[in-house]
Amino acid sequence: MRFFLRRTAFYLFTAWAAITINFFLPRMLKGDPVNAYLAKNQGRVSPEAADSLRILFGLNTDKSLWQQYVEYWGLLLHGDLGLSFSKGLAPVTEVIAAGLPWTIGLVGIATILSFFLGTSLGAVIGWRRGSRADAIVPVATFLSTVPYFWMALIAIAVFSVSLGWFPASHAYSKGVVPNWSWDFVGDVIHHGTLPALTIVVASLGGWILGMRNMMMTVLDEDYVTVAQAKGLSPRRVLTHYASRNAVLPQLSSFALSLGFIVGGTLVMELVFSYPGVGKQLLDATNAKDYPLMQGLFLVITLAVLVANILADVAHAALDPRTRMTEA
Amino acid sequence: MTSTTSPATSEDSTTDPATPDPAPPSRPAKTKRSKAGSAFAMFRNGKSLTGLIILGFFTLVAIFGDVLAPYEPRAQDPEAYGAQAPSMAHLLGTTNMGEDILSQLIYGTRGVLVVGFLSGIIAMIVAVLVGVTAGYVAGWKSESLSAITNVFLVLPALPLMIIVASNYESPSLFLIAAVLALTGWAWGARVLRAQTMSLRNRDFVQAARANGEKLYRIITVEMLPNLTAIIASSFVGTVTAAVLGLTTLAFIGIIPITNLNWGTILFWAQQNGAFPDAWWWYIPAGLCIALLGMALSLINFGIDEYVNPRLRSAGERARAMRKKGYKASSGVTTVANRPDLHGSTPGAPGSSVIAELHEDPLETEAEDEETISTGWPRRSS
Repeated sequence: MRFFLRRTAFYLFTAWAAITINFFLPRMLKGDPVNAYLAKNQGRVSPEAADSLRILFGLNTDKSLWQQYVEYWGLLLHGDLGLSFSKGLAPVTEVIAAGLPWTIGLVGIATILSFFLGTSLGAVIGWRRGSRADAIVPVATFLSTVPYFWMALIAIAVFSVSLGWFPASHAYSKGVVPNWSWDFVGDVIHHGTLPALTIVVASLGGWILGMRNMMMTVLDEDYVTVAQAKGLSPRRVLTHYASRNAVLPQLSSFALSLGFIVGGTLVMELVFSYPGVGKQLLDATNAKDYPLMQGLFLVITLAVLVANILADVAHAALDPRTRMTEA
Repeated sequence: MTSTTSPATSEDSTTDPATPDPAPPSRPAKTKRSKAGSAFAMFRNGKSLTGLIILGFFTLVAIFGDVLAPYEPRAQDPEAYGAQAPSMAHLLGTTNMGEDILSQLIYGTRGVLVVGFLSGIIAMIVAVLVGVTAGYVAGWKSESLSAITNVFLVLPALPLMIIVASNYESPSLFLIAAVLALTGWAWGARVLRAQTMSLRNRDFVQAARANGEKLYRIITVEMLPNLTAIIASSFVGTVTAAVLGLTTLAFIGIIPITNLNWGTILFWAQQNGAFPDAWWWYIPAGLCIALLGMALSLINFGIDEYVNPRLRSAGERARAMRKKGYKASSGVTTVANRPDLHGSTPGAPGSSVIAELHEDPLETEAEDEETISTGWPRRSS
């Protein structure tokens, strides 16, 4: 119990630090574009909205930094991230709320799938060391170094343009209104298959290699030898003794590569014109929509943080030593 | 403690390899020698060598790009307008503007390598300093270092780079490398911390501490050799990530197009509708990125196998065992292999042990659960 309390406090601190960095980021950079936009659209932006934008971007320089910081927190706690310039002055929170489910659905499912698939494959390859399964290693190495966006472009060129199996872009067919019918769900799956497959294929290699190398190390540990010497079934040794230990570094690298994976998949969304937060961020960058960029950065950061907490919990559940040393 | 003459004598004695426990003053000389040896031995295997050759090739291309490239990267050949397929004049074809793609690739190598290694080196230094310290010290110091690491970890690199870079008209290569390192060092620091924490509780470190060894000695002599693989892999990982990050940013169009690298080529290919027909425009650049990444990974594997002999020998031993009729995956690998490893007589002692071990599965099955709970405490809290 104490362990979980400590972790909670720890993650609250991390979240606070991330939000604070998000507060300082626009203050270190230039705030002029927002000022210029406000001056240009004086009639259209309501005074309250203009006020919150000034707070978010540090334009109210007459106030002390501490005052700005308190006001910034006040806005965040009210869920006010400002107005999006490029989306017809819609609240940033609404714009992000529209994109986030798509990203979490696509990237989340694909990443978890890739992790489990790659880890299991890696465990088996490590277990059958020296066999023909080793041939997968160079292939996995290659796949783990291919840029996501390049693979996505080639996937589109082959499977969409040349073969015509999957649609090349968007999350669902044009003119369809999102609803919960089977047709629509099928349409979404049809559109999401190619992006998801690309994410899985591009990230699979890293999981396979990491798990295989850990298995090679763990398999020579005495406890594995003892387990085998006792005559336990190979399957049991593989799953309960070798894999359980080998998967720990995998889990930590899963947590820490999330920020990286999210970065890669953002570009994936651009390539596939997928309506998630990644495409929103890139569109916002091109349109110089600073409030939206800022809000997206905060949301993406917090999402990665939440995923980290989950990985941490899984690690603690699997490795008693972590709990013992931390508590 | 001892007189000044004793170091001299003990230094002489270290040349004798049979000395069981060399005196402390002799240690630096010995580690220096072994370090020099390991610097070469580390790369004396097929994988590392392959990786180094590929990396060396790219480095040479980066250095001698001006000589090697048949054309200027931006020179437009009026006879080769409209993205022409590879020909004798243009070995990798041309862009729609009649620019030679091979020349662009050659010139682009430089930007990729400089940024990659610059950010890799910065990130590695920070990662080792923060990670090992955070792993060894306990309590609030470790927690606060870890908190800093985690903050940098959860900041997604690419969005941060996009936001920072979009505020600069033309970010310099050093700025890009620094931001890539800033977002990349935490990766290695966290793994190093986890591994150091695990090492801290191992018997040999406990023993060293019980012996009253100094902190720096425990870290450098007892722990660092066990961390080399992770340090190496974090360096290579950061370089690979930096290469991917750089090319991705260039592809999105965040990095100014005047800074030619492999990502810029893909950016222009995408912008000018090279997909899917003009394959010579977009395939080579992507392959170069993947090949460079693969070379770095191969070097990493080689270092891994050097540091961790289990990785190196596991495959060979398993193959050797299969020849003798044992199954590597189900047999008691280490026990079965011991006689061969030690060069003792194959047969009598080793094989009888194996036979015994394989014959009595039922008898030991009962103790199974108990052994797990003692050897591997599941729910200790």
